Amino acid sequence: MSDSTASDLISTPLHALHLELGARMVPFAGYAMPVQYPAGILAEHLQTRQSAGLFDISHMGQVALRGDGAAAALETLVPVDIQGLAEGKQRYALFTNEAGGILDDLMVIPRPRDDGQGLELFLIVNAACKAQDVALLQTLADRCEIVPMPEQALLALQGPLAVQSFARLVPQAAGLVFMTGRWMDVPTPTTPIRIYATRSGYTGEDGLEISVAAHDAERLARLLLALPEVKPIGLGARDTLRLEAGLCLYGHDIDTTTTPVEAGLSWALQKVRRTGGARAGGFPGADRILSQLDNPAVVTRRRVGLIGLDRTPVREGTELHAADGRLAGRVTSGSFAPSAGGPVAMAYVATEFTAPGTTLHAQVRGRAVPMQLQPMPFVPHRYWRG
Amino acid sequence: MSLKFTPDHEWIRLDANGIATVGITPHAQDALGDVVFVDLPEVGKTYAAHDTVGVVESVKAAADVFSPVSGEVTEVNETLRADPSLANTDPQDSGWFFRIKLSDPSQLDGLMDEAAYAELLKNA
Repeated sequence: MSDSTASDLISTPLHALHLELGARMVPFAGYAMPVQYPAGILAEHLQTRQSAGLFDISHMGQVALRGDGAAAALETLVPVDIQGLAEGKQRYALFTNEAGGILDDLMVIPRPRDDGQGLELFLIVNAACKAQDVALLQTLADRCEIVPMPEQALLALQGPLAVQSFARLVPQAAGLVFMTGRWMDVPTPTTPIRIYATRSGYTGEDGLEISVAAHDAERLARLLLALPEVKPIGLGARDTLRLEAGLCLYGHDIDTTTTPVEAGLSWALQKVRRTGGARAGGFPGADRILSQLDNPAVVTRRRVGLIGLDRTPVREGTELHAADGRLAGRVTSGSFAPSAGGPVAMAYVATEFTAPGTTLHAQVRGRAVPMQLQPMPFVPHRYWRG
Repeated sequence: MSLKFTPDHEWIRLDANGIATVGITPHAQDALGDVVFVDLPEVGKTYAAHDTVGVVESVKAAADVFSPVSGEVTEVNETLRADPSLANTDPQDSGWFFRIKLSDPSQLDGLMDEAAYAELLKNA
């Protein structure tokens, strides 16, 4: 990376710490981010599956929606039940477009404002989409207040030992179950650190995502890295972890051309927003999305998981062919999967080829590499549901 | 022993009988990260210098492997195929990729020696 490129990149509040830890920094969505530390992607991936890892995800966007009309207003942009979401309960959501495609995916949780002035909806959106997302949310400005929070950093602590180790610092953390959140104070030798933590993540493991003021982020990160179970993990392992967990990466596995139904994300659309529900439709692209839900025969392609039957990694963009040579689809994410122990991929394939166990052939450097459809996740989720 | 280097970050070492061993440099394996897959050339096949003869893939990246010289491949490292991490842990010894019988040994003269390669890395 040239100096001019580096200087155009935004640094997260943990930039100096990444350099101190020996991270290899890469440009990602306009930010300088650690792709790996000296341990390397394989070791970092396995560390997260076996113990706990700390991720800097401060590049992601954090936005609050305030005012009594916020939940109803947000429902005009997402096919998700927001009004029925209880305080402290988190939900996965999607901004859709008029064609039923996906503009971004996000997490939503109603939480008390830290100043005690009632509730707000707290949203976490993708780094690459956040400017566009905030502009989209601004269309709701007559119904609620839109508050981007660029002064907040975001850390993820993920892995089977993440919460038990964190609970030595903050015992209340152990009381959270998957997809819930609360405000907490992390005691330190000086002033406590105020955080908002949710028990969620992007690895398939148990863990927390922690919003913290940028000026406290390094102090908190050092406390977490001092826990013997915890090591720093870069974006490289974050990608292999989420791929094994079958989780979509925006801009790759989902985008403006894929509908939630095609993407296998119908579970994120609650009954109340579907045909016959009390608040059916009323989001962009509802006609197309609801018709796909009501009549699966109109869905021409679906996102599927594939495992490699030999060792050749199959990358994004690779064409998949049926046994008779017909083009069946295309890979949207693919990598060697460290815990699965071989190559895995996500792809969109024509619905006639979506039966589990189907063998398709990936065209890699002129050679047909056999892959088999397999239900996702490739590695079982280990969320803590209480 | 003559160890030479290419701008593609491969090394080639001339052994006895006009046969040379080829692998990737410590710099190359470091830049790639954890190597998880190698595709090796076909034994008995003849390649020209600069031909793509294989692939080395890490978790995140894939890179072509080129033949630094012209000649016939006499042997490939099946141990590396089974355990690609040797390219990381021992790139200039047990992590070798293939052996080739040079058709024109003078091609080695056009490659970098250790000092020139070190200079290339310094300026990279």
